[in-house]
Amino acid sequence: MKKSTFGPWLAMILGAAYFLIPLIGTLEFSMRMKRGVYSFEAYKVVLGDPRFQESFSYSVMLALVTIAIGVLLVVPTAYWVQLRLPKLRPVVEFVTLLPLVIPAIVIVFGYLRMYNSQSWLPLTDTRRGTDLLLAFGYVTLALPYMYRSVDTGLRAIDVRTLTEAAESLGAGWATILFRVIFPNIRSAILSGAFLTFAIVIGEFTFAALLDRPAFGPYLQLVGANRAYEPAALAIIAFVVTWACMGLIQVFGAARGTGSKS
Amino acid sequence: MSEPSTATVRHAGGSGLPWAWFGVAPFFLFAVLFLILPTAFLIVGAFQTADGQFTLQNLRDLTHPSIVAAYRISIEISAASAIGGAIIGALLAYAAVGGGLPGWIRPTLMTFSGVASNFAGVPLAFAFLATLGRTGLVTWALSTWFGFNLYATGFNLLSFLGLTLTYLYFQIPLMVLILTPALDGLKKEWREASQILGASTFQYWRWIGLPVLWPSLLGATLLLFANAFGAVATAYALTGSSLNIVTILLYAQIRGDVLHNQNLGYALALGMILITGVSNVAYIWLRGRAERWSR
Repeated sequence: MKKSTFGPWLAMILGAAYFLIPLIGTLEFSMRMKRGVYSFEAYKVVLGDPRFQESFSYSVMLALVTIAIGVLLVVPTAYWVQLRLPKLRPVVEFVTLLPLVIPAIVIVFGYLRMYNSQSWLPLTDTRRGTDLLLAFGYVTLALPYMYRSVDTGLRAIDVRTLTEAAESLGAGWATILFRVIFPNIRSAILSGAFLTFAIVIGEFTFAALLDRPAFGPYLQLVGANRAYEPAALAIIAFVVTWACMGLIQVFGAARGTGSKS
Repeated sequence: MSEPSTATVRHAGGSGLPWAWFGVAPFFLFAVLFLILPTAFLIVGAFQTADGQFTLQNLRDLTHPSIVAAYRISIEISAASAIGGAIIGALLAYAAVGGGLPGWIRPTLMTFSGVASNFAGVPLAFAFLATLGRTGLVTWALSTWFGFNLYATGFNLLSFLGLTLTYLYFQIPLMVLILTPALDGLKKEWREASQILGASTFQYWRWIGLPVLWPSLLGATLLLFANAFGAVATAYALTGSSLNIVTILLYAQIRGDVLHNQNLGYALALGMILITGVSNVAYIWLRGRAERWSR
């Protein structure tokens, strides 16, 4: 079949230009802080800012808590649905897709109405309570991705045989879950975890409206008041996102070659 | 369906017994507490007056010109970035899947799309300000090298066009990610068979390619629409509160009750849920139709 590759090449080049030019533009802009010369001054200023360090480590902590809650919630559920309640699968899938239907700003609005200081469960009264609410909010935001990832992982292994083998050796449910199922879908859990991390680390709406000192609101604040630092922060955020996606690829590839039966 | 194994025999009728449901209880408890009830609270609030009486006045108040305008601009920007993203994303995906390009192009595009579709929010706004803002690289390059003053043409990054252009940065990659599997579903044999029967490229697409692909295309476009419609951070970081879109209005309402009526705020949220809900239901329905061909 004679086929010109001119069109496809043109599409790729235009696409690459659209996606690379803003990155180059941001990088160039971030290095313009010192007059006349390119320097990493903006990065030095940003990385040395104590509020950067505080908000970034706050968001990292929050991401880790979110991942822990998310994994403990999603893996047993997906496992149990696969093993015992396959009829429930469409319902569970529907629920996990709801965060894509309901905009994040609406969910957090609901939190503020439901968990405020006059409510039956005044989570927003204390800082720890608000942190917890924020983590729960992030678990819902990450739910579609975490569930997809874990469910795909579970489908690739023989859950029933593994469970029966473990049961016949006298394992309890905790042993089955943590020492049989978890290790077998480790790469799927890690994919979900890195994606969750990428979502949580720069999230703005939830953190700003719950008034917590996370990285997203810090970014916004710097953006409103500074010229060159925001560009440096954008590059840093891009590198973090890139690292998360790269790690997913690495672990995904490991799964592809490792468990080929 | 499958043979009953020892486990299912031992727990005969296990899925009907109530105790089997305890395994999913934490998940549903979580979903009810942090997803369904908060949303339900807002929906109920949309039909109440400040002192809890039932009313439809809040919904009527949504027809206030400034609120209607906010919805309209949101819908326009979301539609423009969804349709633009869908067309460009589909072309890119097609070029990578069926364009006869070298093998490394496709995985590179997919990885990059994974990154770019997640590179949204505040940092994305910074990137576009540094590129197309008044002192941005592209603005500068155009005026220095071509003597073309972008901002003299009336272009403004903090506008409809600017926001749409920025949204495309995560919309196009998302389309690539969604559509590539669907394009893989177009079987080579169909193309060959149509060619043997003398069909032109146009006829192939008109009678085979597009009829198979349209549910995927339209469904993905709807998903992109909902994706842009709910976005807050990018628009807020880019324009502050100068652009009257519905998410920014709602953000201001949550922060400081700018509508001077809490319950009208709930109605505003209800309107958003309805719009994203309809487009997502349509997406799920279309995906069901698209899957008929992938078996």
